[in-house]
Amino acid sequence: MFITMALAGQPNVGKTTVFNMLTGLSQHVGNWPGKTVEQRTGEYTHAGQIIHLVDLPGTYSLTANSEEERIARDFILRERPDVVIVIINAAALERNLYLVAELLALPVRIVIGLNMMDVAKRHGAEVEPHVLEAALRVPVIPLVATYNQGLYELMDAALCLAKDRVDFAPNRPEIRPAHRPVLEEIRSLIAAKTPFPCPADWAAIKLLEGDAEITEMIRQAVPDEWEHIHALLKQHEDAALDVAGGRYEWIERMVRAAISKPKVGVITFTDRLDQVALHPFLGLVMLTGIFGLVFWLTYTVATPVVDWLDTVVISELAASTRGMLVAAPGWSTSLVVDGLIGGAGTVLVLMPVLIIFFAILGFLEDIGYLARSAYVMDRFMHWMGLHGRSFLPFFIGLGCNVPAVLGARVVGERRARLLTILLIPLVPCTARMAVIAFLAPAFFGERAALVTWGLVTLNIIILALTGIAINRTVFKGEHVAFIMEMPLYHLPNARTIGLFVWNNTWDFIKKAGTIILLFSALVWALAYFPSGHIQTSLLAQLGRWLEPLGQPMGLADWRMIVALLSSFIAKENTIAVLGILYGTESDLGLATQLSGALSPAAALAFLVVQMTFIPCVATMAAIKQEIGWRWTGFSVGLLLLLSLCFGILAYHVAHLVGL
Amino acid sequence: MNIPWTPQNIITDRSKSLRALSELPVKKRALVRALCGGKGFASRMGTLGFVPGSIVTMMQNYGRGPVLVLVKNVRVALGRGEARKVLVEQLPEEQGKND
Repeated sequence: MFITMALAGQPNVGKTTVFNMLTGLSQHVGNWPGKTVEQRTGEYTHAGQIIHLVDLPGTYSLTANSEEERIARDFILRERPDVVIVIINAAALERNLYLVAELLALPVRIVIGLNMMDVAKRHGAEVEPHVLEAALRVPVIPLVATYNQGLYELMDAALCLAKDRVDFAPNRPEIRPAHRPVLEEIRSLIAAKTPFPCPADWAAIKLLEGDAEITEMIRQAVPDEWEHIHALLKQHEDAALDVAGGRYEWIERMVRAAISKPKVGVITFTDRLDQVALHPFLGLVMLTGIFGLVFWLTYTVATPVVDWLDTVVISELAASTRGMLVAAPGWSTSLVVDGLIGGAGTVLVLMPVLIIFFAILGFLEDIGYLARSAYVMDRFMHWMGLHGRSFLPFFIGLGCNVPAVLGARVVGERRARLLTILLIPLVPCTARMAVIAFLAPAFFGERAALVTWGLVTLNIIILALTGIAINRTVFKGEHVAFIMEMPLYHLPNARTIGLFVWNNTWDFIKKAGTIILLFSALVWALAYFPSGHIQTSLLAQLGRWLEPLGQPMGLADWRMIVALLSSFIAKENTIAVLGILYGTESDLGLATQLSGALSPAAALAFLVVQMTFIPCVATMAAIKQEIGWRWTGFSVGLLLLLSLCFGILAYHVAHLVGL
Repeated sequence: MNIPWTPQNIITDRSKSLRALSELPVKKRALVRALCGGKGFASRMGTLGFVPGSIVTMMQNYGRGPVLVLVKNVRVALGRGEARKVLVEQLPEEQGKND
């Protein structure tokens, strides 16, 4: 027998930890069909029975307020999993039981995993699982998922339910008396005609709740009675909040005996830390400090590994491959060594930086800090018509723009997400910073740190101004709501962080790796044909053709243009290409040569353009996947315009101040 | 502790110091009385426990920027605009301690 179980739960209940503990590396990460929401599935074997486990998106309810909520309920209604395992947080019992109340209205068997028993105890709230189980008449298994406690019992209970070994006759919530007649009337109107797979009872409640998707579905299913139903709903507009209120009353009755109330006014560790972390000024200082630490850690730990990979692994590989291909035609050796190994090298060399960045990010997320950074930044994000949540993808973007674009899914509202994605390429990623870290000292010597600092500040200013401009013009200043739970701080879990790093890195290799490799081959071809020398190649011709564009910012050298164009593959390509173009002329180091090639003003313009230029091809592929071709085109056009304008501006300002 | 809410109630309750949640000082407790704004907003907020009759405690409110509110024993951050759309009735100190 094939058994499917779904894992449901609100955000911040440790659902991911439970899923990771159960499935480990057997999990498969993908997207829900046709949706931009991550889907995770995995296998778990219990008592010889293979269980197919589907991790539903974390949702507060099952009303179609978001894509995640639609996915979760559609899966339960259409796929009818044998059992739904609901993970709830004992420290926020009532709020978490809201999802249980909604699930109990669906034709599905559920088992409750009462997680974070330890956290609840520390906050003075003792929960009795047996009492709760007796009240709900649903199996309740206490868990401490981070220590792998109770998971065996949880799966045991779920399997018993799936195999019909126990009865399932739960206590289901009812609507408040005031709205019972109207609910009954609507139910009888739609009873025979509610389309599969929705139960009529459930659809009637969702109509009262004002659920947009169900309303539309019923309107089409019962065109004759719709006017009547619509009038009833109009009359009972207050029912929506009443249904939610009724559920909370039911919950209160369910938990009354099971929970000993926490003492009022207890100042928890979370509240004490939040005094600083969420303070308008101190919170910013803390965030800046954490940023500094993130970068310091990332680069100090990663740089030696990157250097080793670059100088030892890649060059060894290139050399030995060249040796093996000695008999092959020249162009094929060049394709493999310069094109493919060079391309794969850029991916490989970035890995250590990304892994460390993701580890720190996973750590900050796991202990509960990341949500605080969104809170602190909310004020500033409002200038751009965004809210705190958009700050999270920007944060990720400092590591790599590719996961940042995908991470913009946390934003929710379509318009805010779109704007966030359009702005992400202006967040300087590790690869861009690596280029600046090499070129700034070459051009500006002792003043490199100041220039780097200035460039990053300029990028933030450009990002903010662009955000404000797009919001005012294209989106006409629509308002978006900032509503976000601040989880309790807790100790990090190594397994959760490990899997976070693994999934993100593997995702990057799959997405970026293949695209970078493909485009590396293409750019190699442009740089090789027709003559076999880059100086006379198609790429060089393209660079010369575009030279007039560089003129207004003092970049009348086609080699600089080519270096910029090649950064489209991967940002750090800029250095490699400059190395090829300048390196052949003399034995002087690239840094020395570059400092002589450009005036300081032109060098500054080049760095500004490099920081604001179109993103790498992997980022662009991610953008296209998330928002489609039209907006990707808009993004490219916008960034080309921005880099050109600010490049020229930087050149002239630098001249004015006498650089 | 649930106070039924109807649109008529709001108007009569104006006299009873009904104010926006964004105006509630830190550490003060209040009863949620009504949610203004669209259906989607009310639905999202209701789900999180902001239903008429719920008790909320203001955890952080600096007069600008978002606020942090404790509701159903969970800390929820609300943008100032969102907090303005929640109408509450502040609870007197002594009543707050006994609950």
